[in-house]
Amino acid sequence: MKKKRRLALRTIILTVLLAAIFYTLYANLTKDTRKTAAVGEEAPDFVLKDLEGKEHRLSDYRGKGVFLNFWGTWCKPCKTEMPYMENQYQQYKDQGVEIIAVNAGETDLAIETFAKQYQLSFPIVVDQTGEVQKAYGIYPLPATFLISPDGKIVDYIEQSLTEDMIKNYMERIKP
Amino acid sequence: MEKVKCECGHINPHGTILCEACGKILDEKINQNDLLDMRYEGSARRSQTYNKTIIDKVWNFFSSVKVGVTLIVVTLIASIIGTILPQEGNLSIQIPVNQYYEERYGWFGKIYYTLGFHDLYGSWWYLLLIASIGVSLVICSLDRVVPLYKALKNQKVTRNSGFLKRQRLYSEKQIDYIDGDIAIVKERLTKKRYKVMEENGNLLAEKGRFSRWGPYINHIGLIIFLIGAMLRFAPGFYVNEALWIKEGDTLAIPGTNKEYYLTNHQFILELYDESDGDVYKEALNQKGGVVKNYQSNITLYKAEASLPGEKPKLHKLEDYQIQVNKPLKFDQYGIYQSSYRLNEIAKMTFSLTDKESGQTFGDITIDLTNPKENYDLGNGYRVELMSYFPDFQIEDGKPSTKSSKPVNPAFAFKMVTPDKPQGEVSFAAIQQTIEPMGENKYKMSFKSVDTVNYSGLTVRKDLTLPIIALGGVIFLIGVVQGSFWYHRRIWLKQENGVILLAGHTNKNWYGFAKEIETIVHGTKIPVPVDQTLLKEKKSMEGQGGKSVG
Amino acid sequence: MVELSGNLLFAAFIFYLVAILFFGGAIRQKKGLEGSPYQNKPVRSGKIAMTLTILGFISQLGYFITRWIAAGHAPVSNMFEFITFFSIMMVGAFIIIYSIYRSTVLGLFTLPIVLIIIAYGSMFTKNVTPLIPALQSYWLPIHVMTTAAGQAILSISFIAGLIYLIKTIDASASRKKQFFLEMILYCINAVIGFIIIKLVFAMMNYQAVFEWVDKEGNTSTLKYTLPAILGPNEWNLLTAGRMEPILEMPAFIEAEKINTVIWSFITGTVLYLLIRLITRKKTAQLFHPFVKKINADFLDEISYRSVLIGFPVFTLGGLVFAMIWAQIAWTRFWAWDPKEVWALITWLFYAAFLHLRLSKGWHGEKSAWLAVIGFGIIMFNLVFVNLIIAGLHAYV
Repeated sequence: MKKKRRLALRTIILTVLLAAIFYTLYANLTKDTRKTAAVGEEAPDFVLKDLEGKEHRLSDYRGKGVFLNFWGTWCKPCKTEMPYMENQYQQYKDQGVEIIAVNAGETDLAIETFAKQYQLSFPIVVDQTGEVQKAYGIYPLPATFLISPDGKIVDYIEQSLTEDMIKNYMERIKP
Repeated sequence: MEKVKCECGHINPHGTILCEACGKILDEKINQNDLLDMRYEGSARRSQTYNKTIIDKVWNFFSSVKVGVTLIVVTLIASIIGTILPQEGNLSIQIPVNQYYEERYGWFGKIYYTLGFHDLYGSWWYLLLIASIGVSLVICSLDRVVPLYKALKNQKVTRNSGFLKRQRLYSEKQIDYIDGDIAIVKERLTKKRYKVMEENGNLLAEKGRFSRWGPYINHIGLIIFLIGAMLRFAPGFYVNEALWIKEGDTLAIPGTNKEYYLTNHQFILELYDESDGDVYKEALNQKGGVVKNYQSNITLYKAEASLPGEKPKLHKLEDYQIQVNKPLKFDQYGIYQSSYRLNEIAKMTFSLTDKESGQTFGDITIDLTNPKENYDLGNGYRVELMSYFPDFQIEDGKPSTKSSKPVNPAFAFKMVTPDKPQGEVSFAAIQQTIEPMGENKYKMSFKSVDTVNYSGLTVRKDLTLPIIALGGVIFLIGVVQGSFWYHRRIWLKQENGVILLAGHTNKNWYGFAKEIETIVHGTKIPVPVDQTLLKEKKSMEGQGGKSVG
Repeated sequence: MVELSGNLLFAAFIFYLVAILFFGGAIRQKKGLEGSPYQNKPVRSGKIAMTLTILGFISQLGYFITRWIAAGHAPVSNMFEFITFFSIMMVGAFIIIYSIYRSTVLGLFTLPIVLIIIAYGSMFTKNVTPLIPALQSYWLPIHVMTTAAGQAILSISFIAGLIYLIKTIDASASRKKQFFLEMILYCINAVIGFIIIKLVFAMMNYQAVFEWVDKEGNTSTLKYTLPAILGPNEWNLLTAGRMEPILEMPAFIEAEKINTVIWSFITGTVLYLLIRLITRKKTAQLFHPFVKKINADFLDEISYRSVLIGFPVFTLGGLVFAMIWAQIAWTRFWAWDPKEVWALITWLFYAAFLHLRLSKGWHGEKSAWLAVIGFGIIMFNLVFVNLIIAGLHAYV
């Protein structure tokens, strides 16, 4: 076998093997990172009912900025930030910003009690099956997504929010 | 690199040790008195001859069996380490992983965790080890099988006498008239399923050449197996989800993108009892209950497309009873009965009771998945459910819930009665009643609980299975091919009135020697002698007869 | 029916015991070397020995079949059943290898090991237990029996290797080698020690109940059938008049099992010292007369051939069938469960063995040492992984 051909053949084989190894290592290392809905992508559409039984479809809110917040009554930071959210909601709801608070599948009673206690006026919907949480790839609560009026995810915040932060965020997504 | 022309006329690749055709020694470096190394028929292993560029150096490194065996041994030792403490993937715990190892196994657990051994088989270096074995498999095989194939293809019937003399089984004898014997031997060889070739009165009898390819076949099997394992990470090939579904629920099957839904009608758990057989009595007494069967009676549905959160329209596909070892298979998915959780509280019933007289004024049953706010008992008696905490705890002096699972339910009731129209507030948890407004006249006494069972199902889709199975089958074929058959060759050469007989096999020399014996039995052709035994004897005599056998 | 099966097993035990004597006699009667299967004309004692061995084997098969009928499922579902079946496979493997090589020396060493294995298996609970759902499959006999067969054939390579080492490692060999050879025999002693000490205390009906605090912080009870040298975490002896532990173990260690191991080693050591004192020889030396009449190369060939036959069988049963069944029952064919990993380790080891032999020319003594290590791995998988390392395969 000619020397050149041998070298070419060996190089090809080694390259293929190397590529396979890199692919495997890379895929293995990234498989565990939960695929949180990425910034810049279109926000996954969903349909959830609120406590009155009315359906809320995310795509219906096109043209408005959506402050999408995932919460639960057992989550302490959620309780802290709810009043701030309510305050800013009052400021911004006439400026075209909507809050959709997705509860992680608790009983109506618990949610209602909570909403009454904190006097929340923004739409609260219930993710009974956990499908929406899964679609957005979140696990720890609270989690907030900022969605622009044309339906794209502008930002994703995992931590608890101060009132200032909420104000800033709402500025960013107002149409 | 020049090729080498042997005196027999055949042109061999550079670096060939024994001529492919006649077996003459081409490499002067070989000791003239040793038995020949026949492992690769004396062919030029490419990696030993070309070593210039970095590509060649990498190639040569991986083509070494020593490197391959070292990789196997290192993998072996690494695998042992992962069994010392349970791996993260096989645990089901609530607390964070790093805490778990330290808490449970002390300083040893802490070190184990820090070094990453808790997830050893998924670690990058372990994967790299396996990958290296894969690379070694490919290169080792390619490096050897091509020259071996060529050498076995090019071998001639008439071999160089030096070649024959240096085979392990060899004999020679001066004989005059031999043709009749050769005919007998030919017939016997053919009967023993040898392929006999003749040339100028010389014989080559060969059988079982296919077994030489066994190792290379099994290596191919392993490579296919590894490819299958690698494809696991490719999107769409592998789904592994858990579905906890309680009796009565209809849920989307995770991992199917809401394409399929499942209703759990009933979960059944059976234990063995006496009717199953007297013979088990003692074992059952000792163990206190052995599970006989557990299953989920389900209905499978296909769903129309829907968004997350939406409830789609369902079309029934089939009813099935999922048991362990009997999964539900549909489309490319399999649903397996993996585990269960019994007796989770679903409903709780309380009675509105006058504390002093004990008189009750009606029962309320609270559905923990959807508790109502108001329960009207009639006659002016009413219970309001002010709040409900599924997993009750006191935080900062106030009641709250730890999670949304009804593990430790607690309720805040407002009891409205004709004599107490403003209502009394009572807080009821498991085994405690708190009356925050002072002494009440009434209380909600706990009456009964309805439980429900959860069925633990695993949803699985694995398109790599056929590939992995194929790899396994090919591996087994290769191993069997190489282990249970032998490549045997017998050469018979007539030269100047001398008969030379030589034999070579890759395994089971004893059996082979015996076979040759029966073939030449009764003829003048000499029985070959195992030259290694001769050499041992000689070396023993030289050392003064130290006993070896 | 269960009683009948137990009696058949006992009968087999006696058959093997007597066969050992005849194997010994056959070796003494033999003239010349066992060097090739084609020069081994069996002597009379040898024929009797093999007849007894085959009778014992048939008796053991009888035990197996009657127990299968009685239990309603293949009797390979707990430690006792599996170990006993493993011993049946070992005898079967020996019979096959004997039919090829006709080595009476091999028989002399194989049967005692088989007896030790049967006795060890009998130390575990013999109750016939019904199958839990995961085991209710025809894969139970297929996977377990094939694996046992493979392991048994590989074990024959160990025995041939052991004989090789006893033969070739004498007083002139390096101290290190002599030491390790003695270690192997000492370990076998420890197993015998375990069997003896368990029997002794079982006959005395020894029982001691302890209260202790487990790793979750819960209090529970633990029963000891051997005097407690090592006690469980925060122990509290409930049975009066029983030995109190000398040392206390932390919560995550299975104190009762480690206690049993300690006892085995104590008894084994005592046995070993007695043998050394009384005979004034190393254990290996004691066996020298029995191994004189066999060619070392022949042993090497037997050892290698056993691996060659056993490796594919083990791969089929211990890996392929195991993976197929795991996929059906547990949804995944491989989960790095300790038992699975140790099967892989066994497989990798014998793969390395074959490569070292075929490509690096590791014959003779090197190969014998490898065969010993391989058996050690198999035994580790059988004993320690089942009993001590927790996992899906945990038997006890």
